[in-house]
Amino acid sequence: MALKMVKGSIDRMFDKNLQDLVRGIRNHKEDEAKYISQCIDEIKQELKQDNIAVKANAVCKLTYLQMLGYDISWAAFNIIEVMSASKFTFKRIGYLAASQCFHEGTDVIMLTTNQIRKDLSSPNQYDTGVALTGLSCFVTPDLARDLANDIMTLMSHTKPYIRKKAVLIMYKVFLKYPESLRPAFPRLKEKLEDPDPGVQSAAVNVICELARRNPKNYLSLAPLFFKLMTSSTNNWVLIKIIKLFGALTPLEPRLGKKLIEPLTNLIHSTSAMSLLYECVNTVIAVLISLSSGMPNHSASIQLCVQKLRILIEDSDQNLKYLGLLAMSKILKTHPKSVQSHKDLILQCLDDKDESIRLRALDLLYGMVSKKNLMEIVKKLMIHVDKAEGTTYRDELLTKIIDICSQSNYQYITNFEWYISILVELTRLEGTRHGHLIAAQMLDVAIRVKAIRKFAVSQMAMLLDNAHLIASNTQRNGICEVLYAAAWICGEFSEHLEEANQTLEAMLRPKVTTLPGHIQAVYVQNMVKLYASILQQKERSGEKEGAQEITQLMIERLPQFVQSADLEVQERASCILQLIKYIQKLQIKEVPVAEEVIALFAGELNPVAPKAQKKVPVPEGLDLDAWINEPPSDSESEDEKPKTIFHDEEQRHSRHRQPEIDEEELARRREARKQEQANNPFYIKSSPSPQKRYQDTPGVEHIPVVQIDLSVPLKVPGMPMSDQYVKLEEERRHKQKLEKDKKKKKQKKEKRGKHHRHNSLHTESEEDIAPAHHVDIITEEMPENALPSDEDDKDPNDPYKALDIDLDKPLADSEKLPVQRHRNVETLKSPDSEAPLVEKKSKKPKKKEKKHKEKEREKGKKKEKEKKVVEEEEEKKKSSKHKKKKHKKEKDEKSKDKKKSKKKSHHSEEETTESVQNGTLDDEPLPVSSSALAALTYDIQGNLQNDSQVTVSVIFENKSTSFLKSMELNVLDSLNTKMLRPEGSSVHDGIPVPFQLPPGISNEAQFVFTLQSIVMAQKLKGTLSFIVKNDEGSTHEKLDFKLHFSCASYLITTPCYSDAFAKLLESGDLHMSSIKVDGISISFQHLLAKICFHHHFSVVERVDSCASMYSRSIQGHHVCLLVKKGENSVSIDGKCNDSTLLSNLLDEMKETLSKC
Amino acid sequence: MINAILVFNNHGKPRLVRFYQHLAEEVQQQIIRETFHLVLKRDDHICNFLECGSLFGGSDYKLIYRHYATLYFVFCVDSSESELGILDLIQVFVETLDKCFENVCELDLIFHMDKVHHILQEVVIGGMVLETNMNEIVAQVEAQSKLEKAEGGLSAAPSRAVSAVKNINLPEIPRNINIGDINIKVPNLSQFM
Repeated sequence: MALKMVKGSIDRMFDKNLQDLVRGIRNHKEDEAKYISQCIDEIKQELKQDNIAVKANAVCKLTYLQMLGYDISWAAFNIIEVMSASKFTFKRIGYLAASQCFHEGTDVIMLTTNQIRKDLSSPNQYDTGVALTGLSCFVTPDLARDLANDIMTLMSHTKPYIRKKAVLIMYKVFLKYPESLRPAFPRLKEKLEDPDPGVQSAAVNVICELARRNPKNYLSLAPLFFKLMTSSTNNWVLIKIIKLFGALTPLEPRLGKKLIEPLTNLIHSTSAMSLLYECVNTVIAVLISLSSGMPNHSASIQLCVQKLRILIEDSDQNLKYLGLLAMSKILKTHPKSVQSHKDLILQCLDDKDESIRLRALDLLYGMVSKKNLMEIVKKLMIHVDKAEGTTYRDELLTKIIDICSQSNYQYITNFEWYISILVELTRLEGTRHGHLIAAQMLDVAIRVKAIRKFAVSQMAMLLDNAHLIASNTQRNGICEVLYAAAWICGEFSEHLEEANQTLEAMLRPKVTTLPGHIQAVYVQNMVKLYASILQQKERSGEKEGAQEITQLMIERLPQFVQSADLEVQERASCILQLIKYIQKLQIKEVPVAEEVIALFAGELNPVAPKAQKKVPVPEGLDLDAWINEPPSDSESEDEKPKTIFHDEEQRHSRHRQPEIDEEELARRREARKQEQANNPFYIKSSPSPQKRYQDTPGVEHIPVVQIDLSVPLKVPGMPMSDQYVKLEEERRHKQKLEKDKKKKKQKKEKRGKHHRHNSLHTESEEDIAPAHHVDIITEEMPENALPSDEDDKDPNDPYKALDIDLDKPLADSEKLPVQRHRNVETLKSPDSEAPLVEKKSKKPKKKEKKHKEKEREKGKKKEKEKKVVEEEEEKKKSSKHKKKKHKKEKDEKSKDKKKSKKKSHHSEEETTESVQNGTLDDEPLPVSSSALAALTYDIQGNLQNDSQVTVSVIFENKSTSFLKSMELNVLDSLNTKMLRPEGSSVHDGIPVPFQLPPGISNEAQFVFTLQSIVMAQKLKGTLSFIVKNDEGSTHEKLDFKLHFSCASYLITTPCYSDAFAKLLESGDLHMSSIKVDGISISFQHLLAKICFHHHFSVVERVDSCASMYSRSIQGHHVCLLVKKGENSVSIDGKCNDSTLLSNLLDEMKETLSKC
Repeated sequence: MINAILVFNNHGKPRLVRFYQHLAEEVQQQIIRETFHLVLKRDDHICNFLECGSLFGGSDYKLIYRHYATLYFVFCVDSSESELGILDLIQVFVETLDKCFENVCELDLIFHMDKVHHILQEVVIGGMVLETNMNEIVAQVEAQSKLEKAEGGLSAAPSRAVSAVKNINLPEIPRNINIGDINIKVPNLSQFM
């Protein structure tokens, strides 16, 4: 033992600290790895010591090694040991190491729960701070669940330093433990108005992160954020809020309208580029959301575009980049305003900065029109030639293809030009996107019938020059185009002029160096070619020629039979046998061509990529059910079909076997026919026209190709797309001249041709007729395909779990798990330390309150009503809504109380119980500091249950004692009753499911049942609880009143103006009206007040007149017509129930009379 | 959200590595290398943003970096962060380092990686911006250093005295010395204490 201690101290002396380690590594540049492994051995020794300082030092060094890429997870347990050191120095090192290497898979992480909890509640704020910081990096679902409540408590910590950290970490907790979101949300919302700007900023940050993923749940916060936006001066907060609004506006266009003005002001006034940029961004988002409804925002668009142009022209590359980025957003909805800056964007393509060039490319994508496509692509082709570095060149290539193929080749007027472009692109060396070009070639050749002849000639040329393309096959992706070329030449071989030559090109020995899948296509398609050549020769009676070609095949095919690729080998040997057989027949002079060609008869139609998925499952067919009992394991292993496709077919056939009934068979046959007709994979000899999309005529109706004679049919050598540009210009010019002559006539024709293009065309674009009368065959979809596009959503999205309705009241089951015994132990036993901390914390609290008071004064106009319910003893002075008066009253009250109660037994902690109500989302009303406890409540109805409302009550412990055994009881009225657990009598109270440590508030919910909602109601209630402090425990009571106003039964329901009009016309509504004089606030403000306090929504607003709507939980419609006169407001109301209406109007009068 | 914060020098040697999502060490090193190659190619007069989609496994991510003398400061962020805001944040971070280390240079970062981490933790936690006010950050960092000093710090014990005589392997001691020597040796050792 002694020896061990000695050893410990020796090591302590001799071991390296971090600086030594770093120095050592720098001195061992030659054999760094060896040196480090030696150091790791030393560290392992050090970790075995009992001395915590040694361990901490070792862990610190490990953290450094982790940065260099060494796995240190083996030391996880030692890290935990260092984390639990009592000294802050060591603890910090431990948490740092943990944050670098712990993750959900670290098994020892579960050992940390209690340590972290201890650190979180440490009296030293920096202990709490490091624990929070560490936790933010390695929180797991388990940790999140166990610690959620502790962190939530820290959100109300006295130190802003802790508060802001706790707020931020809550986001991580939500991600890992989504159930915590709803219970924690009210407090998070509260933090939006925290007196400390850092905490406020953190709360904004978290809510923005949440809202970005699931914006619709946060729409209700918009007014609050709006207030923050107009009041905050912190650019960070402003940027976040403005970004958030950008996410919210698409869901609520009305919000957008409101935003335009303040944002425009900010754009004009701010000097911070970051803020300016975000404002522009959000204005764009607003404009996008409004684009359908409000045409009158051209000024705002102009402002944005103009500001962006300034950014793009700026010498600061960062601003240039961002300007382009934002420009691309405008482009989507207002392409015209951007197109006028084409010069500027094309200029950016020449920028030395790749990021900027890429952004400019993105913009070009949206800027092309029929008119400028060729010009833009020409520019891009020049850039392709100049481009250095394959990434950028590949990017250019994909962009060219994207630009040309967008919206079903909408902008291509000349497909010969496009094919030429594709062919030119094949000359790119080292591109990864050969398959993209190939796919385009195939797509165009299949879908644009008129182009096939040209395409085939070009492809034949490609095959002929295959050696150029496939020079170094292995690394070269471009050889993929040969796949397309071979297939096109084979499939459309009837268009080939010199088929023999092409066939020979395909049979060259060099072909065997191509990748297997390309060779396979070669083999298959050379037979197609062969078949058509054979037919040609037989028709013209060239028997020798036919035999020659057969001989050629037989000579050359064996090279493919020897291929290592199975697919190639199999196809080649099959075909070789077939051709040998043909040869035999030929020698006997039997005509074979027709039969050979029949092998490849039939038209291939393009099938939409999702077609297979969209085939509806026939009724009664359960694809997952067993058709036969599964065979034994060993059998099924071998027999398992390889593909799903295969599998399904097998099942079908098995399914049908047992049914032999004649009638049934006939019916089945019919059904099968039907199925085949619907099956996109079933190749029909003559596709029936009704299966195509309506806007494209069937194959039969495709007019015979009418190729403009001004375009040469065959360009010698490799095609040069440039020629087409010139030709196209000439053609357009000619067309224009012609058109001027017979304008009217042409217009009529065109209307027919262009219906497949959807909207957005300017007149001038419309005028450009395509060079070919091209019909693009739309991809086929099965009939009655399911229109849903849900398959695009990712089910594994971690943010999906946070898509939670935050407005619903909390259920009892949703409370955060609390480790009761721990909390009670530390807080219940009033040892000397706890009150000390508490006293310290009092000061900031007072400040907070003062601040809140001020806030309330300000917010009075906007915020939800807060009703103060008198205490039992002073109920005579009742007045429901006059807040100001109330405050005075309360102050008086508390003074009175102080006087009277100071004489009584409690010296410091007086039992002035003031009870208030207001709404949950608002901060609680200020309470006199001597109060023990406070209640704040909010009543919410829900549409699902027409006879229930939920009352959320926030209990706040204002004392320095522990409140426990709280029980809430209400004296039921005939109409309104509290919902008690089954079996309890009407006089029993409901226990509050938590205890309150000093200074803590928590929320509980109680459900009330109602019969009639036409009248406002007041219920008396009592909260009884036990106050426990070091002097013992006392039983206390708190009386309160719950006021159920009529407005609290209303649920804000949006209503469209047409539905609203119908409602008014229906005539079964009662009418009543009020008039309030002496209104000085603006109409806008007044409407906001009615919306806010009385749960209405504006249907329509014209000048100083507005219609509003709301709906009660029992389905009463309430319609209002609000008119503002000079100094007065008149409200005409209509409602199914006259009593409800008059009560509502009375409440409204009361609210308005205070304005 | 900030996904990662990397600091490396002109040769790609990492000086600070902070990922806010868990990645295996090899992947981290790979990302550092690729990021380094991406930014190295860019001269100082082009924009400070880089799209790096595939690197971090999400097209939403963007690299925002600044180059100071021998060091690159690279932040990988998603679309919820303001690009220009992050550029400012990097500046704040570097200025804070400058204040805390008094004229910061690469060597400070090399030898005090732990301290740099602690400073960073006052700026960004869990990928979210905690504080942007430099004075506030410096105040918190200094308060914690003070606390550490009060505790005596990590190297408070009389250590590092003899760095030449290290790696004494206890199990070997009895083997090497005779019984008689123990009496001499042990007192000798205890003197170091």
